[in-house]
Amino acid sequence: MFHSRRLVLAHFWVAFAAFLLALMLGEWQMYVRSPLFSGLSNPELYYRSVTAHGSAMAYVFPTLVAMGFGYAIVELSLKRPLVGLRWAWAGFGLLVAGTVIAMIPVSMGLASVLYTFYPPMIGNAFYYIGVVLVVVGSWIWVALMSVNLRLWKRDNPGVPVPLPMFANVAGAYLWAWTSVGAALEILLQILPVALGFRSTIDAGLARVLFSWTLHAIVYFWLFPSYIAFYTLVPRAIGGRLYSDLMGRVGFALFLVFSMPIGIHHIFQDPEVGEGFKFLHAIFTAMVSVPTLLTVFTITASVEIAARLRGGTGVVGWVRALPWGNPMMLAVAFSFIMLGFGGAGGIINMSYHLDFAIHNTQWITGHFHLIYGGAIVIMYFAIAYDLWPHLTGKALAQIVLMRVQLWLWFVGMIVVTFPWHYVGILAIPRRMAYFDYSDPAIAPQALSVIITFFGGLLLLASALLFIFILLRGHHAPRITLPEFRFSAPVHAVHHVPAALNGFALWLALMIGLTVVNYGYPIVKLLGTPGTAVPAIPVGVKR
Amino acid sequence: MKDEALFSRSNRWFVWSVAGVLALLLFGLAIGFVWMPYHNGEAGGSLWDAICRAAGAPGGNSYRDVNATKVISSDVIVIPDMIAADKEAIGRGATLSLRCTMCHGARGMSEAGTPNLAGQDAVAIYKQLRDFQSGQRKSAIMEPQAHGLSDQDMRDLAAYFAYLPRTSPPPVLVEQLKAPLVAQIGAPMRNIAPCISCHGGSDRKTGAPTLDGEPESYILTQLQAFADGHRRNDINGQMRNIARQMTKEEITTAAHYYAGR
Repeated sequence: MFHSRRLVLAHFWVAFAAFLLALMLGEWQMYVRSPLFSGLSNPELYYRSVTAHGSAMAYVFPTLVAMGFGYAIVELSLKRPLVGLRWAWAGFGLLVAGTVIAMIPVSMGLASVLYTFYPPMIGNAFYYIGVVLVVVGSWIWVALMSVNLRLWKRDNPGVPVPLPMFANVAGAYLWAWTSVGAALEILLQILPVALGFRSTIDAGLARVLFSWTLHAIVYFWLFPSYIAFYTLVPRAIGGRLYSDLMGRVGFALFLVFSMPIGIHHIFQDPEVGEGFKFLHAIFTAMVSVPTLLTVFTITASVEIAARLRGGTGVVGWVRALPWGNPMMLAVAFSFIMLGFGGAGGIINMSYHLDFAIHNTQWITGHFHLIYGGAIVIMYFAIAYDLWPHLTGKALAQIVLMRVQLWLWFVGMIVVTFPWHYVGILAIPRRMAYFDYSDPAIAPQALSVIITFFGGLLLLASALLFIFILLRGHHAPRITLPEFRFSAPVHAVHHVPAALNGFALWLALMIGLTVVNYGYPIVKLLGTPGTAVPAIPVGVKR
Repeated sequence: MKDEALFSRSNRWFVWSVAGVLALLLFGLAIGFVWMPYHNGEAGGSLWDAICRAAGAPGGNSYRDVNATKVISSDVIVIPDMIAADKEAIGRGATLSLRCTMCHGARGMSEAGTPNLAGQDAVAIYKQLRDFQSGQRKSAIMEPQAHGLSDQDMRDLAAYFAYLPRTSPPPVLVEQLKAPLVAQIGAPMRNIAPCISCHGGSDRKTGAPTLDGEPESYILTQLQAFADGHRRNDINGQMRNIARQMTKEEITTAAHYYAGR
């Protein structure tokens, strides 16, 4: 049945390889900026490494996971072969080529501009071209998801779209729309400068366009994890999904609200008016609605599993859960990290509280906790769940999986909690080194050292993860029962038209984007004299 | 399900989701664009003023030209590769440079304590000439010298001096490691960026001169002039901010290090 297993495996392996390399760079960065190291003689090396780490972790790794998982979902949930397999391989090829093309100038020190680009800094053109290829490759995936759903709907009139596929296509559409901001920035602003056609750039406009991408991209990273919450977790722990409809509402709300909120990333920027900053803050708060819906639904689903296993009491059922099951561990850890990360996020989106932690290590702590923690730990769980179906071989190292997930959870807490703390003490982010002998920051030295050791735990966990997957390729061949997604408590026979397609939610998403971004962008486009000379970045003389 | 029209007033999903989003939007707009500007006491005028301010569009009565009283330290805009370095430009520059030889030496090198210009960055030379001419940088000698130069003259002079061979080869990574701390690492807590991040070594920023082999006394005087505010033609006060934070020892160390290269 599973025709595209080679395709999915290729996506996952390249994703995890990029992840491991980027993780090693991250640990090196933590080492050189900690008091354990005397200070880099050349700060450029640090920014070179941060650029590679960020680009691999933000663009390559999650995109490949979402794509690979998406292709698997098409076949496993629609129960028919993927249409457009050649196109899928072409998209994969573009992604790999783009990654290589982008990483060559980065490793040569010619594009140390960080993955967020930061004009007026301008790096080597090939870095941006590589990123564009990665995004174009992913757009092929978006088109394939859309086409496959359309063809299935044509052949199955009146049948509700399976929840995994509904969520998968929602994620694809979200990515298609949110990547437009950064694509406009690169194609219309950065590349003309990088290629030498222009020498000035409107940095404020570029930042607004990038914010268009920068927040919703996190929800794109989050989608595979949320799909796993709804469609893998209840089945894996022997329960049922509490509500299929709630899942659809959640994904639809993510589509609407995760897009028009990016300006909370540039609260301290002068080029956007306070009114728009407030509007974006309001809609940022709305993202907590689908998040809390999900937390409620999944907790209820988990409770069903516990009660089926004989759990009783108001909270006593928690003991009856299958804590030895990697999926159970992963979802529990993910929720804990999502809880802390979400609480921190509410501080980030509050205009005045943001002043205290803006551009500090707090922010680095926040997005590592949410993305590196809550999201990536579910990527591990997805890989463990799918691997036997991809390789046709047993994945039996349950104990090692548990150790791996524990290491990741503890490591991520040890890394990010001290980061939050020193952030409140105002240690800046994006600094290559600190003078810890200065009395002003000497008290922060201990916290920074602790994070380095947390990073070692993460590294150990990642190596173990790769080891477990590799072992999976050499295990004995087994015959597996057909792959199943979670069954809901009440079987789905009918869903409202609004929740069986995307037209309404896409219309709201685009409408809100126009309202929330239209004026700031048009105003910046129409204001003369806002462009500043570009600053070429790269090793020279 | 097929019969169910989505974009229709009879579809409650459509009605409620659109109404909900619109209500939220209107709520946000009312607070963000009307109540907040008034409450913060910024509007001070009509409703339209308040909305304009909140949208980030200065206009109406409350608009004041913030640039009107701004002190401009230098009006030269520098961009990379702005100086054409063709043979004609260098030739014209060589002829013009005869008037510079008294102080800066026959081929841009002298023992007179004046800056050595051979191999200097073209954009940096051009910017200084422009600033001398406009009076943004003060010098009893250089201001009259630059007075009669046309923009093309200054570009040609810059191209010529940049073309002359440098006193020392560009630094390599190993040499960088021998540099004093202030040049290599700066002092992050005092907001002192490392010298090498703009003046060559790690990176070059447009308009920043090469310091290698410049006279010690010259670098020393300039750093002190930046520190006490006598020299103020640095873009956005970059060098003033750095030099003010430097200790006397760091200034002498930096001057000594670059003079000896």
